[in-house]
Amino acid sequence: MAGSNNLKITPPRWLLAELTYKCPLQCPYCSNPLDYAKHSSEIGTEDWKRVLTQARKMGAVQLGFSGGEPLTRQDLPELVQHARQLGYYSNLITSGYGLTEEKIVQLKEAGLDHIQVSIQASTQELNDHLAGTESYENKKQVAHLVKKHGYPMVLCVVIHRENIHQMTQILEMAEELGADYLELANTQYYGWAHKNRDLLLPTKEQFEEAEAIAQAYKEKVAGKMKIYYVIPDFYEDRPKACMNGWGTTFLTIAPDGVALPCHSARDLPDLDCPSVTDYSIAEIWNESKAFNFFRGNEWMKEPCRSCDEKEKDFGGCRCQAYMLTGDMYNTDPVCSKSPDHHVIEEALDAARVSALSDNEKPLIFRNSKNSKKYSA
Amino acid sequence: MTINTELTISFSPTHRLQWEEAQQKDVILYPEGMVELNQSSAEILKHCDGSRTLAQIVTALEEKFSTSGLTNDISSFLEDALKNGWIQQP
Repeated sequence: MAGSNNLKITPPRWLLAELTYKCPLQCPYCSNPLDYAKHSSEIGTEDWKRVLTQARKMGAVQLGFSGGEPLTRQDLPELVQHARQLGYYSNLITSGYGLTEEKIVQLKEAGLDHIQVSIQASTQELNDHLAGTESYENKKQVAHLVKKHGYPMVLCVVIHRENIHQMTQILEMAEELGADYLELANTQYYGWAHKNRDLLLPTKEQFEEAEAIAQAYKEKVAGKMKIYYVIPDFYEDRPKACMNGWGTTFLTIAPDGVALPCHSARDLPDLDCPSVTDYSIAEIWNESKAFNFFRGNEWMKEPCRSCDEKEKDFGGCRCQAYMLTGDMYNTDPVCSKSPDHHVIEEALDAARVSALSDNEKPLIFRNSKNSKKYSA
Repeated sequence: MTINTELTISFSPTHRLQWEEAQQKDVILYPEGMVELNQSSAEILKHCDGSRTLAQIVTALEEKFSTSGLTNDISSFLEDALKNGWIQQP
């Protein structure tokens, strides 16, 4: 085990319940693992209730129902009601696809606090192309209904090269729909997004232009709509403080009951991530190998080990280090101090070449057929 | 945005104010976020129940804590609370 045993362990605050990997959409930047088809089993209602109860007891208070598409779980209202009784603030993170007014009311009565609806683009054509499913009109309708029934409405748009040119229209659409919050999430290159990176990564010029538009709009709508701008880490000098530090705040439970320190941790080798069917949340959080693996900074290599910023960013993202350098103990290559930083520059170059090329390869959509290919 | 002293103040229906046993603190919860409150901020917000104006909130708190001269502290906190969307006026 890499982590130190002498650390003070802080309790989880954020529980991400990935209820299912099933999803009617096929977004090519999905953060689910490429081989999700391999993990098709789902834990039952009673398992989820036990997980919610145990995590709440430890101090978790923000709860995300996510997936896949969480609406495909028939027991969602029952889980929402259980969460409300325990005092969670529940967030439903949904594509909105298939969400009826009846369901919106039912979930409100069960105690759901907030619905986050994702939209892929500001036009029907591009939205439906990226989602791989006709869903644009339905999503706009859902956004209206969410607002109508008194939920705070958060619109989430994942930004990448296929839609970044629509930044102005996306902002206008959010304002028109009456969003209380707009999350402009620059794509993080994990899972399916990593696979499609050459086609999704915008150029630096595109980023800068889009960011300037978003920042200016922020002032225009101050007091009406809050804009969260998730930065594109490939264009930063320093890595993100991933998960606010490993095993300090965030707990993800995958559909099959595997507990993860972050939702990509499944791809890291040798963590032996524990399952909620075998252990309690307290045992998993406090004692498991996986959750202690990168706690503190004893595990760090140079240049992190002697860096005066290590308490600020914790060496960045372990999954990104593993994916891009082959060694999960390395400094996140986003950092300009990383000896592997050239891999980021190469990725940016490759994406630029792809953007200028006449015959770009097609996007790989997130669906069971493709996932089975990567499950070998 | 500033507080209208003629109107009552209520806590935002799209936020939640609650006591967190694990943290021994009152917190404000909103979509994917949380603000931890100190005791006096929490007391002020609990008095924003839609029945009192700014002056009435001040009076109620001064009575409760047998003190005076709270007007400036309370109104500057509530101005920030309004900007953050934690409270609202009709």
